[in-house]
Amino acid sequence: MKTTSIMIVGVGGQGTLLASKLLGNVLIGAGYDVKLSEVHGMSQRGGSVVTYVRYGDKVYSPIVDQGEADYILSFEILESARWISYLKKGGKLITNTQKTWPMPVITGAMAYPEGIVEKLSAMADVQAVDALALAEQAGSPKAVNVVLIGVLSRHMDFPEEAWIKAIEETVPPKFLEMNKKAFQLGRNA
Amino acid sequence: MKKLMLGNQAVARGLYEAGCRFVSSYPGTPSTEITEQAALYDEIYAEWAPNEKVAAESAVGASLAGARSFCAMKHVGFNVAADPLFTASYTGVNGGLVVCVADDPGMHSSQNEQDSRHYAIAAKLPMLEPSDSRECRDFVKAAYEISETFDTPAVLRTCTRVAHSQCQVELFDREEHALKTYERNPQKYVAAPANAVKRHIEVEKRMDALRAFAETTPLNRVEMGDTTLGFVTSGTCYLYVKEAFPEASVVKLGLVNPLPVQLLKDFAEKVDRLIVVEELDGVIENHLRANGIRVDGGKDLFGCLGELSQNKLRRAMGEALPAFDAYDEAVPGRPPVMCPGCPHRGLFTVLSKLKLTVLGDIGCYTLGSGAPLNAVDSVLCMGASIGMAHGYTKVLGQEAARRSVAVIGDSTFMHSGITGVVNLAYNKSIATVLVLDNSITGMTGHQQNPTTGLTLQNEPTYPIKVEDICRAAGIERVRVVDPQDMAATEAAIKEEIAADAPSVIIVRRPCALLKYVKAKPALSIDPEKCKGCKSCMKIGCPAIRFSDKKASIDATICVGCGLCEQMCKFGAFERKEGK
Repeated sequence: MKTTSIMIVGVGGQGTLLASKLLGNVLIGAGYDVKLSEVHGMSQRGGSVVTYVRYGDKVYSPIVDQGEADYILSFEILESARWISYLKKGGKLITNTQKTWPMPVITGAMAYPEGIVEKLSAMADVQAVDALALAEQAGSPKAVNVVLIGVLSRHMDFPEEAWIKAIEETVPPKFLEMNKKAFQLGRNA
Repeated sequence: MKKLMLGNQAVARGLYEAGCRFVSSYPGTPSTEITEQAALYDEIYAEWAPNEKVAAESAVGASLAGARSFCAMKHVGFNVAADPLFTASYTGVNGGLVVCVADDPGMHSSQNEQDSRHYAIAAKLPMLEPSDSRECRDFVKAAYEISETFDTPAVLRTCTRVAHSQCQVELFDREEHALKTYERNPQKYVAAPANAVKRHIEVEKRMDALRAFAETTPLNRVEMGDTTLGFVTSGTCYLYVKEAFPEASVVKLGLVNPLPVQLLKDFAEKVDRLIVVEELDGVIENHLRANGIRVDGGKDLFGCLGELSQNKLRRAMGEALPAFDAYDEAVPGRPPVMCPGCPHRGLFTVLSKLKLTVLGDIGCYTLGSGAPLNAVDSVLCMGASIGMAHGYTKVLGQEAARRSVAVIGDSTFMHSGITGVVNLAYNKSIATVLVLDNSITGMTGHQQNPTTGLTLQNEPTYPIKVEDICRAAGIERVRVVDPQDMAATEAAIKEEIAADAPSVIIVRRPCALLKYVKAKPALSIDPEKCKGCKSCMKIGCPAIRFSDKKASIDATICVGCGLCEQMCKFGAFERKEGK
């Protein structure tokens, strides 16, 4: 099988690393060669963060380059605009509609761009979801990551049980039910 | 059994399987998780040392005692550890000694992108470079074999994309290695001139033996494919080559110092075009050229800046790139910022207001240099702030001393700030030092240090107090402030910069991300009372926004620290119970 490339992008502190771990567990469970690449340290202090996930029969590069991503799973709408050039022609962008202001916008040096979802939709196949509202509906704003994984699961060819099993392996038991609910809300969004 | 592992986790697994008993390191991105993961194995004693020099010396001592020993550091940490390691190259080892150095091409979280391979060449040490997590585990084992066979410390070089990438790694059992008996041998272990002269001869013999080894070791691998194009590469670059040019012939170098000669000559003869792909400097390329081996492309194609990638290779080689559409409007950047509730924010707001010259240091507080605080004048290396403040104030005198401070964190102070403070007292400085004590090593992700009272395993230990050290060093003006109280912090700084004596202010409040620091309910802003003066925007808090001439708070990230409230002259901030 040809290598499939997924990017998970967002803002440091949004739980992108848990999402990539969960996805990695699903892919390993399906028997693929899997590579994940992330950057720790400075980028986590509220900065722009990106995780690369690649799987197939044999994966070489751990990173995804411009025009290579089959899927981009974005936790924040401005980050979708930042990383859209990494989407392959015919790829799918799944984006949270949540807005987190970056420092240049907070200081007034730049404006937060308007109409991003509309613009992106004209460029690519986009599914925009208010993941924060769904996470709150599930019981915690922190479940945005699992909501978005739920949305992604709809578009990928793995059985629902495989995702549920990966959630069970990844999240603390205390939050399991809430996360399962978050996953379903995302899956049915 | 196979497990998805970070490169760093796999290095730790390699240490376990290779029978390593002793690990001492100082944290540094992207090397930190190696030591944290090694500490999870009961068979390995692991610790945080105050700095890389002490860590390396401890590992050399453990090797002398007969144990397979190890230390890890980031690339700039090798600068600190270089002194013992250059001479450990002469003394050689008893138990195997492996040092891991993690480079950071692209500077994801570093102050420079030095190429550690130069150190291996200069110190005459063998260096291995894995491409992925599997090889991290395998190469640790190979490095111990080399270390013990050739009587030398061995260096494992990783980079961010190896250290922080994951792939599946098969797990094996631990091989136990009995402690090698320590036999007294001053001619080998006492690096005094008379002995070292003889040891240098041994070092050169060893390098010759390693050069011969480099020709045949399976660490270096030739993969013949299409012979019209041949690559010589190593590390992650090998993966980019395989991704972009799967049909080409490749020499994959796992041993990057010393490099083979004949193997590369033979390869060059078999391929029509020979391209060298390496990140940062042209070390392999220079080796080929120095040995008269034809190179058809290298640094002239790829440059020596930052990371490479499959697309950068394709572009440099004139290949077509995958099609894509970029967003056609300017996208505001998202630089890292101090977290909501960060104790450094109060201090830097004061420094920004006082418009002092700030000689900064390495840690989260480097972020005080960013907008809107813009409060830092220089950042160089671990511990440099104090020495620089001394030199700066010696040259410019009293007036400058009254307008400048050094700023250094607790862990950085223990790393290499202490000697700077000794120098202030000894050489009659009048500089002012602020030690930002947030009770943890923050930037690298919360490691314990000598001031926290806990070991790597979270066992209680003696908590060293920065104020005790400063007083013992001869600093008479030592005081403690809480940066949450900005008025008191400002008053303390004004007093100390005015004093014609060296002074230290310990700015103490725990990191907002520590588990025991509980968030308070989020604040809100009464739009009726908000006059839109933007005073609260000066602190650069990511939880405060400003639109339609009013400030508002993002309750999902506000931790209720109340710093913004101190900035407001109109009482617009409200605190609601229950978040």
